[in-house]
Amino acid sequence: MNGYLFHTDDDRREMLRSIGAESVQEIIDSQVPNELQMQQPLELPPAADEWALESDMRGLAARNASVSSHLCFMGGGAYDHFVPAVVDEIASRGEFYTSYTPYQAEVSQGNLQAMFEYETLVSEITGLDVSNASLYDGGSAATEAVLMALASVRKRNKVITSDAVHPQYRQILETYLHQIGVELVVVSASEQGTSEAIIEALDDQTACVLIQHPNFYGRLEDVEKIAAVTHEQGGLLIQSFDPISTGLLKRPGDMGVDIAIAEGQCLGNPLQYGGPYLGIMACRQELMRRMPGRIAGQTTDRRGNRCWVLTLQTREQHIRREKATSNICSNQTLLALRATIYLSLLGPQGLKETAEHCVVKTNLAREKFAASERFEIVHPQPVFKEFLVRDLQGDVAGLLKHAQGQGLLAGVPMKDLDSRYEDCFLVAVTEKRTEAELDRLIETLQSAPAGRASDATACDSSDNITVQSV
Amino acid sequence: MRNQQATKLLFEMSRPGRRSHHLPALPAGSETVTDLLPAEQLADAPPPLPELSEGDVVRHFVNLSTQNMSVDTHFYPLGSCTMKYNPKRNERMASLGGIVDVHPLQDDESIQGMLQLLHELQGMFAEISGLPGVSMQPAAGAHGELAALFVAAAYFADKGETSRKVVLTADSAHGTNPASAQMAGFSTKTVKSGPNGLVDVEDLKSKLGDDTAVFMLTNPNTLGLFDAQVQEIADLVHQAGGLIYLDGANMNAILGITRPGDFGADLMHYNPHKTFSGPHGGGGPGAGPICVRDFLAPYLPGPIVEEHAGEFRCVNPAKSIGRVRSFFGNVGVLVRAYVYIRTYGKEGLRKVSEDALLGANYLLSKVKHFLDVPHGDRCMHEFVASASRLKKEKHLSAMDIAKRILDYGFHAPTVYFPLVVDEAVMVEPTETESKETLDAFAEALFRITEESDDLIQDAPLSTKISRPDDVTAARRPILRWTDPAS
Amino acid sequence: MSRDKTKLLYAETHEWVDVAEENGQQVATIGISDFAIEQLNDLVYMELPEVGKALDAGDEFGEVESVKAVSPLYSPIAGEVTDVHEGLPDELDNLNSDPFNFGWIVKIKITDASGLESLMDYAAYQKQCAESG
Repeated sequence: MNGYLFHTDDDRREMLRSIGAESVQEIIDSQVPNELQMQQPLELPPAADEWALESDMRGLAARNASVSSHLCFMGGGAYDHFVPAVVDEIASRGEFYTSYTPYQAEVSQGNLQAMFEYETLVSEITGLDVSNASLYDGGSAATEAVLMALASVRKRNKVITSDAVHPQYRQILETYLHQIGVELVVVSASEQGTSEAIIEALDDQTACVLIQHPNFYGRLEDVEKIAAVTHEQGGLLIQSFDPISTGLLKRPGDMGVDIAIAEGQCLGNPLQYGGPYLGIMACRQELMRRMPGRIAGQTTDRRGNRCWVLTLQTREQHIRREKATSNICSNQTLLALRATIYLSLLGPQGLKETAEHCVVKTNLAREKFAASERFEIVHPQPVFKEFLVRDLQGDVAGLLKHAQGQGLLAGVPMKDLDSRYEDCFLVAVTEKRTEAELDRLIETLQSAPAGRASDATACDSSDNITVQSV
Repeated sequence: MRNQQATKLLFEMSRPGRRSHHLPALPAGSETVTDLLPAEQLADAPPPLPELSEGDVVRHFVNLSTQNMSVDTHFYPLGSCTMKYNPKRNERMASLGGIVDVHPLQDDESIQGMLQLLHELQGMFAEISGLPGVSMQPAAGAHGELAALFVAAAYFADKGETSRKVVLTADSAHGTNPASAQMAGFSTKTVKSGPNGLVDVEDLKSKLGDDTAVFMLTNPNTLGLFDAQVQEIADLVHQAGGLIYLDGANMNAILGITRPGDFGADLMHYNPHKTFSGPHGGGGPGAGPICVRDFLAPYLPGPIVEEHAGEFRCVNPAKSIGRVRSFFGNVGVLVRAYVYIRTYGKEGLRKVSEDALLGANYLLSKVKHFLDVPHGDRCMHEFVASASRLKKEKHLSAMDIAKRILDYGFHAPTVYFPLVVDEAVMVEPTETESKETLDAFAEALFRITEESDDLIQDAPLSTKISRPDDVTAARRPILRWTDPAS
Repeated sequence: MSRDKTKLLYAETHEWVDVAEENGQQVATIGISDFAIEQLNDLVYMELPEVGKALDAGDEFGEVESVKAVSPLYSPIAGEVTDVHEGLPDELDNLNSDPFNFGWIVKIKITDASGLESLMDYAAYQKQCAESG
């Protein structure tokens, strides 16, 4: 029998004797009515040996393209940044990954101190006063921030966001706000960005504004201006930011942002097809008691030693029950630990240089695309680590498929993410990519078979898309 | 032996100019950042992160790790949390290239192996629950609970039954139940437990009506008891036009023994990090896949995986409530669950639950001689003892027991939950603990009940810290390190 | 002018109420009882209303928190908040030691005094505490 059960027959007999039962079935019968018991085994595959299972798993893995088999230029909220070996080695220590929520602080100081260090690091990269110990992912963190703002700015029922915020983050927000009857206004980005449209939509009923900077298309927003106008109207500004970008760009807190959220996958966490990831959230001191999730704080023990505990627990659902503004009762400690290790390895200089590599090589790639006849760059400068490319021959799917055959994950097609840009794809360049790899990307894409619209002069026709999407 | 140096805060170990991470030179002749980004967007300096060598970082975190209790190092009978052994093979297989490094926006064609795995797992979750519709989007149990209530709300809205605005929760339920109901736009009413710890059916009847949307039931409940009235409860709720939501926190007790879909549940969530051995990671990640009856499947959050002639693809159900998180879901946790379920297979899973029951009932049979167990001599996978009498007789509270047991080298049980038991001590040994471990734990608990209260009130004595001051932590919160020089 | 706790009115939810006339208006000063403070065990935080807030009898006007519990504060009477003890959340130790004088929380200008009828006198409140404790 496979698995992790190991009572000997003698053990079982003795245990049953102590219980006073003839068999485990007798215990089951004492609890579960007979008519509710399954009469036949579950229809599942038979038990698998470790080696047979590993062989199956390797077979399944071999049928996936991945960033280890392919050069990755995909972004859109998840990135192929470098993960130092130290992160994997430390985070795979059983003392970390097989422990649980630090209910008993005395035997959880390792996790609690790491959480406190994580919170401090997040405060530092956001320029905000307080961080929680993490949420599920960037997308749900954006929604939690909006719910938190709605609870803080009372009696206002309108939320503004822009279509340059990650489309999936907006979808999550729609799911949640729909249930509680809050108005969600999505404004459109113009050539100049989203600030003008946001300012126009703002009024004294607006509880909060959610922006992304650098935005979904890699572009920079005028955060300071949006913050000033939002505050004039008495609302709160929430920024979805890129943690790597804080190596160069002004931090959310320094630009007047009230709540900053981010996807922390980029900080030393693997892509693993979308999760588990790390939801980062930090806010100003005044909003501390509205923040969802767990928080570690410093205190002293009865002998006067400095130590750490879970604190401000009255915010949480297990105490506040139906009055809670969030139902989150776990956090992503293991991923937060990885981010903590990652940031302590990078240090200020490493973070700055990583950000520089992203900016410089992204712009290099951008120039290379601009020089190609087949492509058009959609947005003007400046961009941070990704940018939108239009295929003038209208065959994004064909292009990306061709590139995949040549060992490249060349970008994220917009087809299912943003209908305005169906003939475009998003290219991300992290610090890992070399100039030679950028050349390989361009050469590979240029060598792709011509698209169906190759003869057409005007190429934003959606007809092309319907033909190819089969 | 303890290394005090390396467990200072990272920030206190920092030295200006020290570093461990180096990047190659930028491409020759490329434009500089100041050419590429507007000056008003740039910070004067990067954030003041600590400056450390790689060796500093490794030593720091390895030393921190030794200050945790964990399943790998200690018996961890934390009730309701199912702290079973976390198989190492799960870790290896979840870390394979082609699994751990797949980008979430890759097209379906490029990840047929991943989608096949997820499709098989959907089928396994459906089979084990007896509920055919499965979505693996939610990131945690509480998240699954919320998503399922969104599904219920969408279902009633679609049927035009907009007056169904009340969610009933049991008084023994976890606090997430009422919080989730509120977030899904429902109001809540609490259904009492009877003296036997099970749902008070008369009280339930009095609260059912045209406004009933969902009754959230935990079965086996938080006392570790299977509610044999569950069929009757489900019939009553269904007759009133409501749905039954099953909080799947305690699935480790019933694998292959009985199924939520067979005892009347319409919606449920799993906690794969509990039932299917995902490591708890110091508090997360988990996952919260949900299963529903066929008539609710069109409302599930997407994406879910479908198969057509051997091809797998992600789709969104027709009337989907939408997304609850970005990308597919907590795939890393789901892969571990898949490996675990395949390791045990069709007959093995039932043995998991049988041994979980055996272990819990064995421990109960020992503990009941010196600690009161208010709800009977039999339990499912966990039981709840009460220190109420000890508290009256010798000022020994549930918290004191939890603190003192740490000195014996065991993690503490869950205390003060569920709220319906005074001075609750909730013990869940799981199936992966040997008889010797259970004997040693019972012996330690017994010795504690015999120890002097002075000694116990100072416990733990053997840990680096003891009884931290929670009050000051909450009154004057210090939530980050600040440089004393600034 | 120290308040005599035996002369105050009490709500079932453990607020004390002291009604006095100020500038020709009936004004209720409200705090929480020593019994409630002891039961809550080490208060850590308090949320107060804004001056000018209008309340109906039975409305929540704030909350007190201990490490592991949150308790709402209810106004037994209808009226408008005219004064709030702003510094109180930072001096919870003093609230613990002097709940009836230093520990006042809000003053409410009464617009409808009918809620006062449901309040208990000190003896009745003592009886309630003895039964629940």
